[in-house]
Amino acid sequence: MSWEVGHEFAPVSFDVRRFDLVRYAGASGDFNPIHWNDRVATSVGLPGVIAHGMYTLALAGSAVTTWADGADAVLSLGARFTKPVVVPDDDAGTTVTVAGTVKSVEDGVATIDLTVTNADQNVLGMSKATVRC
Amino acid sequence: MAPPLDPSLNGRTFDPTPPYAVNREKILEFTTAIGSPLLDDGRTAPLTFPIVVAFGAMTQLMTDPSVGIELQNVVHGDQRFEYSRPVRAGDVLTGTLTVSSLRAAAGMDMLGTRTEITTTDGDPVATAYATLVHRAPAESIEGEAGA
Repeated sequence: MSWEVGHEFAPVSFDVRRFDLVRYAGASGDFNPIHWNDRVATSVGLPGVIAHGMYTLALAGSAVTTWADGADAVLSLGARFTKPVVVPDDDAGTTVTVAGTVKSVEDGVATIDLTVTNADQNVLGMSKATVRC
Repeated sequence: MAPPLDPSLNGRTFDPTPPYAVNREKILEFTTAIGSPLLDDGRTAPLTFPIVVAFGAMTQLMTDPSVGIELQNVVHGDQRFEYSRPVRAGDVLTGTLTVSSLRAAAGMDMLGTRTEITTTDGDPVATAYATLVHRAPAESIEGEAGA
């Protein structure tokens, strides 16, 4: 891979439905009910069920492995969880889009700034990956 | 308001988590749940898969009665992974968590954690860094935090 500073990767969009959150709870072992139960989510002041922060970061990771053609060259991935992704109880769910731009390339390592959006808002802060290139 | 945590928690290292055997079925479950294409024909795990081990280590910390964390008041503030290599089917992993920073501010405790994830043979795989925010129930989820 030879990436130049300023390179913009093709954004990747993901549909997120309640069903996906239930699957993720099982796959990850994180059964916090705010990620599948409206009654509990609203009782703690949320507008409704929200995606696991780690679910959203996993989507960012999926986009990075698409751009990097696998996981072998990826050196780091991280983010702050800044805004919840509310997932309505309907068949359409919601959409999370991951965009990435090469911020710097140094000693064969590219730093990619990730922009992860839902409903026109950034949902992850300081989201970055570093990849050998 | 949750009481502040004991400052001596800073620097404490917890016992390694029980061995976690990674197999293709678990990788498939996780990959399908996030709607991602399979990596390496399903032999390589998605980038955030090590959270399964790190989450076990964090649960150990949060449920330790000597620590005094109220689980329902914890919010996952941030998460970062540094990789030695990807997780692959056949790996048997364990995670060892250290509290790397602890600071109290505005009625909250911010716990920095570092979990070294290795094979049970001691080969490094990834390091997971997480900030856990421990705070009063009324403020626990409203507003910004989302995990």
